[in-house]
Formats: sequence, structure tokens, C-alpha cells
Amino acid sequence: MSSGPSRQLLSELASRPGRNSLADKLIRWMFISLSVVFLSALLISPLMMVLTSAFAKGMAVYARSFLDEDTFAAIKLTLTIALIVVPLNTVFGIAAAWAIAKFEFRGKSILITAIDLPIAVSPIISGLIYILLFGSQGWFGLWLQEHDISIIFALPGMLLATMFVTFPYVARELIPLMQQLGNDEEEAAITMGAGGLMTFIRVTLPKIRWGLVYGMILTNARAMGEFGAVSVVSGHIRGLTNTMPLHIEILYNEYDYVGAFAVASLLMALAIITLLIKTVIEWRGLRG
Amino acid sequence: MLRTVCLSLLFLAFLSACSAGTATDVKSVQLLNVSYDPTRELYRDVNERFSKQWLDKTGQHVSIKQSHGGSGSQARAVIEGLRADVVTLALGYDIDAIHKRGKKLGADWQTRLPDNSSPYTSTIVFLVRKGNPKGIHDWDDLIRSDVKVVTPNPKTSGGARWNYLAAWGYVLERELQGDWSKLSDPAAAGQVAAAQIKAEQFVAALYRNAPVLDRAARAATNTFAQRGIGDVLIAWENEALLAIKELDGQGLELVAPSSSILAEPPVAIVDTVVDRKGTRQIAEAYLQYLYSDAGQELVAEHHFRPRNAAVMTQHQSEFPAIRLFTISQVFGNWQQAQAEHFADGGRFDHIYTVPKS
Amino acid sequence: MADTRQHTVLPGFGLTVGYTTFFLSAVVLIPLAAMVIKASSMSIGQFMAVLLDPRVIASYKLTFGTSLLAALINSVFGFIIAWSLVRYDFPGRKFLDALIDMPFALPTAVSGIALTAVFAQDGWLGQQLARMGIQVVYTWLGITVALTLIGMPFVVRSVQPALAEVQRDLEDAAETLGATRFTVFWRIIFPTVLPALLTGFTMAFARGIGEYGSVIFIAGNLPMKTEITPLLIVIKLEQYDYVGAAALGCIMLGMSFFMLLSINLLQAWGRRRLFVGKR
Repeated sequence: MSSGPSRQLLSELASRPGRNSLADKLIRWMFISLSVVFLSALLISPLMMVLTSAFAKGMAVYARSFLDEDTFAAIKLTLTIALIVVPLNTVFGIAAAWAIAKFEFRGKSILITAIDLPIAVSPIISGLIYILLFGSQGWFGLWLQEHDISIIFALPGMLLATMFVTFPYVARELIPLMQQLGNDEEEAAITMGAGGLMTFIRVTLPKIRWGLVYGMILTNARAMGEFGAVSVVSGHIRGLTNTMPLHIEILYNEYDYVGAFAVASLLMALAIITLLIKTVIEWRGLRG
Repeated sequence: MLRTVCLSLLFLAFLSACSAGTATDVKSVQLLNVSYDPTRELYRDVNERFSKQWLDKTGQHVSIKQSHGGSGSQARAVIEGLRADVVTLALGYDIDAIHKRGKKLGADWQTRLPDNSSPYTSTIVFLVRKGNPKGIHDWDDLIRSDVKVVTPNPKTSGGARWNYLAAWGYVLERELQGDWSKLSDPAAAGQVAAAQIKAEQFVAALYRNAPVLDRAARAATNTFAQRGIGDVLIAWENEALLAIKELDGQGLELVAPSSSILAEPPVAIVDTVVDRKGTRQIAEAYLQYLYSDAGQELVAEHHFRPRNAAVMTQHQSEFPAIRLFTISQVFGNWQQAQAEHFADGGRFDHIYTVPKS
Repeated sequence: MADTRQHTVLPGFGLTVGYTTFFLSAVVLIPLAAMVIKASSMSIGQFMAVLLDPRVIASYKLTFGTSLLAALINSVFGFIIAWSLVRYDFPGRKFLDALIDMPFALPTAVSGIALTAVFAQDGWLGQQLARMGIQVVYTWLGITVALTLIGMPFVVRSVQPALAEVQRDLEDAAETLGATRFTVFWRIIFPTVLPALLTGFTMAFARGIGEYGSVIFIAGNLPMKTEITPLLIVIKLEQYDYVGAAALGCIMLGMSFFMLLSINLLQAWGRRRLFVGKR
């Protein structure tokens, strides 16, 4: 979201009186080193561990692990899920943010809380609830069985579980942003006779696009990386219902450590690529 | 506008996804084998050979899909609707549950195939580090205060339940001088009760030596071999032999206890699924293949003990000699063992909730 | 201001609220209701017996204790990290900024395996810590480490925009008027950032309570000692005790809902106060 200090800001900071005092430098040094140490221990060292394990037997073995048919199927499934879930949750997020940020109504806090809820719900529960609904002994189990429709242990169940887990992210990004931006411009546009959709596309969207992009990136990252909830509803059928995270666990359990961490490193790479895209768009946006 | 677009998208997604149905045509057929963790390597080979044989015999292509996981959670998935044509699980209790709770196969499943529907057996052994530095030779060494034991959580792992019962049975065998008939002999009731107390204390001491209870058997192997935790891993014999082979750089060694439990992992056809999909014939042939000479040979290659006496003799040297007792000798049956030991509030829970006396 | 918001000319209220509620119900609320209904097939007595079982209580203490500790650690370090990223320019800043989201993208199982490897006695950091006599893996410390990693992005990402927004003219004015740096921080910066920090804290805390995938590898899972509540749900499921699992699920759900609701109400209240103040 925040793109860090801009050039003007930094020069402005530097030009302030007393900003170059010893105490200031000390605090600055301390904050940066604390951040770096904390992130190195907690975040960078596990990431390094993933990378070193992935390349432990050299580049060739690393590359070969992607040639496996089942690994390929897992990558495809994960991308399919992300491709369906991200647009759906984006549209939802925009609608929810519009409703919540632009209008005052009773029960709004409860609505926001309900949207937030999936973040706090244990992945185990997010899987369990769909089992209770669509499992053989669930509410719709018998009907589904009679009509030969598979929801859990097939793609629909995995979509639902992923959707549940990634549900809040776009809305959460947009709500505070739109609240802060206020209604004035939209109201002006409407008063001048613009349609609702036009107003949204021409007035609101340009203002919220960075938040929107970031929300989508988070949704995408979570959708591709979700393990717990999807694990409950997947059935773990090799080559059919294994997503990348589940396939990683399988490879790890088969003592194929290189393969497991190679797939994990691919997820990392995908995350970094999406974040790079974000940075590029932001940079262009700032210039344009 | 938004709503229509969205709803139709959702609908389309569902339609395309739901149609992943059960169509079987004559030319090709798909089977799903839902199994537990340590059989991955075995069934990879079995599936390949069987499909080849089936193609030669009938001209039909069969693709066999595999699903692996903890035995209990796999059984649960089948009950909840995972369309397994065959289940090949770690313990009879789990297939019983598919019958009882899911009504997906008949009560007589265990008698439909030879040898209690277990085409292969295994037992519980120890894996120690190179050179056996702690000098671990039998169950008694596991409760020494200087030994750390790695074993998975019996609450979540089928293999771990075999480990627990093997330790328990070992103590009973020692206390009753190997005479299992005393368990049902009223005259020996006092001796049996004393032996059960000894067994409970022994098992409690063993679990007090466990620094970690992993979720599944494979996770425990990884903890022991990769993380370097513990001095001894209690494991399936086939798992131990496989780990020694796969992780040969680690110099792991197998130690066979003097006596252990005969583990009989059963296989069965899921009636409701094969009848719906029309795959009964091929599913039956698939399970029968496990009993064939070729199948038994594969079983032995993957470190399971084959049932076929001739194949077993050939591979005798690969399996350590261990005195084996069965679950029915010592614990009656799985239902009883589960209720007494592993249910909430059972004897396993007591180890942790009742303070050490 | 509040008046105009109620009588806004903006369209789409019915559509968006309707769509939001519909979609929310379909994906989140109805499935959650299924669990609540499942649990309600128990009598009150049975329900309480599940919730007050000593093992379950021990797991609450562990789950909430470690989540709270992790969220507190994250609040302190998350603030420092956000501050460094927003206010200072240093080599590698963009890189660190991009990495913050990594715990979202990495499957929790991978985080768990990797953290266990790093903090195990033969791991990179575990070795050093073991020399100091600290064992991380298979203790509550390990759980805290995992939860800190999982919750970190929530705090950093909520504090970052708030910090960027602190009104600098106000800071400047205060400094010109002779306020010490500490006063500026305490009276101007801290109050502005506090709501965001609180949100981040709550999200990290709530996420920690439910976390399963990464914790399971590093926790040790010993009953009464290192067994988290989500694991108990899994154990109940293994015994086909769906009702018991649903009961435990409900209590966790209730606590999460309560925490999130209070933070949202607090924020709504804060916003209203702000608007009134501006008037």
C-alpha cells in the first residue's frame, strides 16, 4: 500500500531543523537494525532454508522436479482455483466496500465483523463447515449423491474453501481507503447527472486502484498458498485434487525434500512476481 | 449488472466443476484407491503392473488414482463422500467405521478376501542412529531415563496405535510368560490385573520419554531423521526398512525387539461406489492381484511381509525374526482396543491427565 | 457531516448491500451456521463437559497465551518495521517491504517445516539458542515463533499507511513550539497510529488462535503441554465426534467474533468522535 517515503518527503525530512542530531541518527540506526534482525530471524532464514533445500542437489535436480506429471497437475489446479476465486472475491470486495464506506446503516459493525471473520476462523473449521454441509451425512449430502454431483473432494469444494479463506482481503483493503476518501466527488458526479456505474468507473476506481490491486494480490497469494482448509476438502487424490501446498506436503512425506521445497520456491517466486507487478504499476502510477 | 455477471460466473464455474462425474466407458476406466501413508511406494508399483496386466487381458485402459493420508482421516473422507473404489487402510477399525458410520460396505467385508482381507502384514520395530549409540535392543530400553523416543500421536495416527499396542502387548506377554490364554481364564484374573497395571505403567513411562507427538507416521520419521530429534523411532517395519533405504546417508539402523505385534493392514471394496460406477469387477481383480504371486512379490519388495509362504521364504532374510502376537490375542478386537485405550478419557489420555504416581 | 451521509445521493445502496449480504451468507454465514446447528444438538451439560475438559482448558491457555504473546511481539516489532519502512530510506528497503507479505503466500505447512528446520537444535538459529540453553521447537516458544511469523504482515500492513498519514505539519508545529521528540511521538504520532496498531494487533491475535498448519510441525503436540485447540478439533474428528468438534469450533468462533466485533465497534466509535471533533 504505502510506497515508502517519496523523494520530496525525504528531502523535506532532511531539511527539518534538528533532524541530523546524534540522537536522531541513533534512533534511525536502531530502528533499521532492529527491523532487519527481526525479519532476518523470523522471515528471511526460513525462506533461505526453503531455497537452500530446493537447490541442495543442484540446479538440474531442481529443474527436474517440475517435470513430474503430478506436480504439473498441482500447479495447474492451483492456478485454476486462483483464477476463479480472485475475480469473484474482488467483485465482492468492491460491492462490500461501496456499501460500507458510502452509506450509514444499522448493523454495519456486525456486517464488517462478519466479513472479517474468515481471517480469524481456524482453517480446520473452514474445511469442516463444508463437510457438514456437503458431506455424505451433511445437509445436502443425500441430494448431491443422488444427482451424482461432487462438491467436496472435487474442485467446487476446494473453490468454496479457498473463497472462504480469502474472502475478506479485498474488502478490508478498500473499506478504510474509501472511507477516508469521502463521498464528495462521487456526489458531485451524480448530481451532475452521471450514472452510478459511470461514476464508479470514472471517479471512484482511479482513486482506489492501488488498494484494489494490493487487495487482489493478497487474495491471490492466500488463494495459492492455502493449506489447512483445502486439505480438509481435497481428498488428496494425486494428479486430480492436489493443489501446490498439498503436493508439497506429499513430496515432503515421500522423502523428496528437493521436490517439496522446489514447489515451495515456485510459490515464493509467484508471490514475488505479483509483488513486483504491484511495484511497477505503482511506480508508473506515481509518475503518470 | 455486477450481480448478474458475478452470479453467472459463479454458476458457470460450478457447472464446469460439477460435471467431473463418474462416466466410465468400455475403453478406459478410472479407479480410486484411498490408502494410508506408508503404502505410497507399494501402490505406485502395483498400479503400474496391474494396469499393464489388465490391458493385456481385457484391452481396457485402467488408470488408478491414489490418495494417501492418515488412515483415520482417509476413512473419514470416504465416509463423507470421497468416491474410493477400494480402501487399503492401516487398521480394520477404520474400515469398520466406513461400514458402521458410512454404510458404504457390508459388515462381512473382512471375510470376503483371504487372510482377514490383509494381503500383507507388518510389525512394529525400532529405528536407531548409526552404531546404536544408546544401546537400544528391546522395549525395556525405551523407558530408560536417558532415552528419547519418537512416536506419532495415537489420537491422529493409525500407525501410532499399533506402536502403543505393541508396547502394551510386550509387557503383558512378559508378565503372563507368553500364555495368552490366561487373559480369558478366570483363575488367572489376579495375575492379569497385575500385568495390566504393569503394562499401563510401562506405556506411560514410554510416552514420558517422547518429546514430540507428530500427527502422522511419516511426520514422525521426518522428525527423527531430518530434525535429528530422539534416540529411537518406533515405526512400522516396512517404514523403517524404507527409511533406511531412502535416507541412506543418515546411517539409520533397524533394531528388532524380542516380540511385537502382528499388524494386518486390511483392504476392501467400497460397495456403494463400485456399484454406482460399475467398477466392481475391476476393483475385485485389483485386490485379488495383491494376493497373486506377482503382487506378493511386489509386496515383499516394498518391505511388507507377504502372506504367500513361498514368497515369504524367499525373502525371509530381509525380515528380522520377531515373536509376533495378534490384536485379537491380546486386545480382543479393534473396537475394544479403541474404546479402552484411545477414546477420549481412555488409558492414553490418562498418561497425560493423571499426575505421575 | 453525519447527516449528509445518511441522505447521500449516491446510488447502489440496495444493490451493494444486497449483494454483499447474499454472497456473505452463501460463502461464510450459512456454512458457519451449519456448524453451530451441529453443535446445538448437544445438551448444555454435554457442551460444558466438552468445553471444560482439563485438556481442552490447557489448550485454551496455550493457544490464547501464545497468540497474545505473538501479537504483542508483533505490535512492538511491527511498529518498528513499519516506521523504518515508511520514514527511512536504506539499502534493501524495497526488498524488505516486498517480503512482508510472504507469510501470506507461503503455505502454512511450508512455514512450519522451514521454521522447525531453522530453530531445531541442529538448525541455523536453534544451534545458537541451544548454546544459551533455550529450546524453541516442541515447546510453547516454538508455537509463539510460528504465530509471530503468521501474524506479522497484519500489523506491519495496517500500521504502514497510518504512519504515512500522520500529519507532518502538526509534528513540525509541535517541534517548533519546543516539544521534545518524545512528546511529539507520545502526543501526536502514537494516538494517530493507535487505531491501526490495535487493528493489526487484533487481526494477528485472531489469526493466531486459529492457526494450525504451521504450528503442528513446531509444537510437539504433547497433551496438556503443547497441544493447541485446533489440534483438539482434529482429534475429535478422528474419533468421528463431529458434534464435539463442532462444539469446540463454536467456542473458537464465538471468541473470534467477539474480538473482531469489539475492535470494529471501537473503530466506528473512534471515527465518529473524529468527525464530531472536526465539526
